[in-house]
Amino acid sequence: MSPPVIEARGVGISFGGVRALDDVSFAARAGEVFSIIGPNGAGKTTLFNIVSGLYRPDAGKVLLAGEDVTALPPHLLAARGLCRTFQNLQIFFRMTALENVMVGRHLHEERGLLPALFRLPSVLRQNRATRERARDLLAFVGLEKRADDPAGALPYGALKRLEIARALAAEPRVLLLDEPAAGCNAVETEEIDRLIVTIAERGAAVVLVEHDMKLVMRISTRILVLNHGRMLAEGTPAEVRANPEVVAAYLGRHAAEAAHAAG
Amino acid sequence: MRLAPRHATLLLVLAVFAALPFLLPSSFHLRVATLVWVQALAAVGLNLLMGLAGQVSLGHAGFFGIGAYAVALGPRHLGLDPLLSALAGLVLSGLLALVVGRPILRLRGHYLAVATLGLGILVWLVLNSEVGLTGGPDGIQVPRLVLFGWRVAGAETWYWITGLALLLGVWLALNLEDSPLGRALRALHDSEVAARVAGIDVARAKLVVFVIAAIYAALAGSLLALFNRFVTPQVADFLHSIELVTMVVIGGMGSTLGAIVGAAILTVLPQALTVFHDYEHAVLGLMIILFMIFLRQGIVPGLVALLPRRAVA
Repeated sequence: MSPPVIEARGVGISFGGVRALDDVSFAARAGEVFSIIGPNGAGKTTLFNIVSGLYRPDAGKVLLAGEDVTALPPHLLAARGLCRTFQNLQIFFRMTALENVMVGRHLHEERGLLPALFRLPSVLRQNRATRERARDLLAFVGLEKRADDPAGALPYGALKRLEIARALAAEPRVLLLDEPAAGCNAVETEEIDRLIVTIAERGAAVVLVEHDMKLVMRISTRILVLNHGRMLAEGTPAEVRANPEVVAAYLGRHAAEAAHAAG
Repeated sequence: MRLAPRHATLLLVLAVFAALPFLLPSSFHLRVATLVWVQALAAVGLNLLMGLAGQVSLGHAGFFGIGAYAVALGPRHLGLDPLLSALAGLVLSGLLALVVGRPILRLRGHYLAVATLGLGILVWLVLNSEVGLTGGPDGIQVPRLVLFGWRVAGAETWYWITGLALLLGVWLALNLEDSPLGRALRALHDSEVAARVAGIDVARAKLVVFVIAAIYAALAGSLLALFNRFVTPQVADFLHSIELVTMVVIGGMGSTLGAIVGAAILTVLPQALTVFHDYEHAVLGLMIILFMIFLRQGIVPGLVALLPRRAVA
């Protein structure tokens, strides 16, 4: 088995005396869809924020391709091949859809100030190449027809896919997706499902936080279950589903909630 | 053929710039136009910082003042040629922005505004109170600019010089906008966290544009002082900083053409409104309020949005 691309070892963090995460570890490999699930407040997004460099953990380490990258700022993590999307969208609303994806190419662009100011031919070539690549990515997520629309005019489901296209523009080795299907209808969820599988097949490690259990069970290679900031279980979808603790703590409660809502 | 907005902006500025001398009846009007070019140059730079990157500077007149006083003090105290003094002013302004910007630009929103406000006031204080060095509140003479033996004088000459400087400034600003750095600045304006995750060094990008905006302001200040042959601390005062911000806002945040239109309105209107005597400022204030109510995005973006889509340049 190939070594893990992204790894968390014994990660912990507290906010104002509350232990939000305690001794959490996971490792994901290239080509894998690794999902993190758990009830609300279990610490999924907190774990994402640590791995993507937004929070500094007070215990444990984050390793990217075997190197310690704990608390490295996000733009340096991006340069090493780690990219993410956000649960509550972080879109450049005043830019067009195409420009949003072009920003994602930033790391692969020549960024000298003087060539930019004097608009040297190299910058024009660069802009053209970036625009073309961004168009391809918009087509990949099915948004090629909206390329020149302001991002602010796009519907919610499209913005979710736009964020994925922007993250892919950086050609990440590790892609963290924070609830990519949240608020999407069944058709949109299916599209996102297909996207995630394709991204993993092309060789990236996809780490997924998602509430849609059907989606998680269908596409994950392995699943980590968090509860109250601790690891409850880890394994294949079948193993997790069969774990009585998980059923009790998470799936069971969800089932109860679903029954309650239906009743 | 559809005209790209950057070409439309450049052509429009070039056309107005070339046509005005034939339309304006007197050298007084040429002097007002020169004033517009100078203010517009500072506003175009500030628009890169405010409109593009979304960082508010309430002390930009401080950099303007540094440029203006450089051409007065360089020749007087250091025996430097005015042109060399102007260059020194640009460098000094850029360096100050670099040193001060590093800690200031970590602040956001109101904190950044207040910090830059403090910087502007500091520059004004020095210019106003160091009477022995700067002449204090009464101002100071500026020697005539001599370029390779040519004594630069006359309203029309300065009209062309400042206009060319503005054209250059507009061209550079438009170029910057359509580059990876320009996209990065617009991105961090909307979401800093998403910009960082996309690999943008947000702190560095802000610092670079702050320095660029400071250099624009300093160049505008130097040109104004050389053209007026006299400079007072008013060029660096808070009111001037507010004027520059207002130009960018009423013209349209993020629009280079808007910054020029804003500069033109705030420079020409007070001259035209002198017929209202005591009510001049009230009328000016009222007009700005009306602009903001009816063209909230600013004059240029607001008018462009009103045009039929096909005709949008």
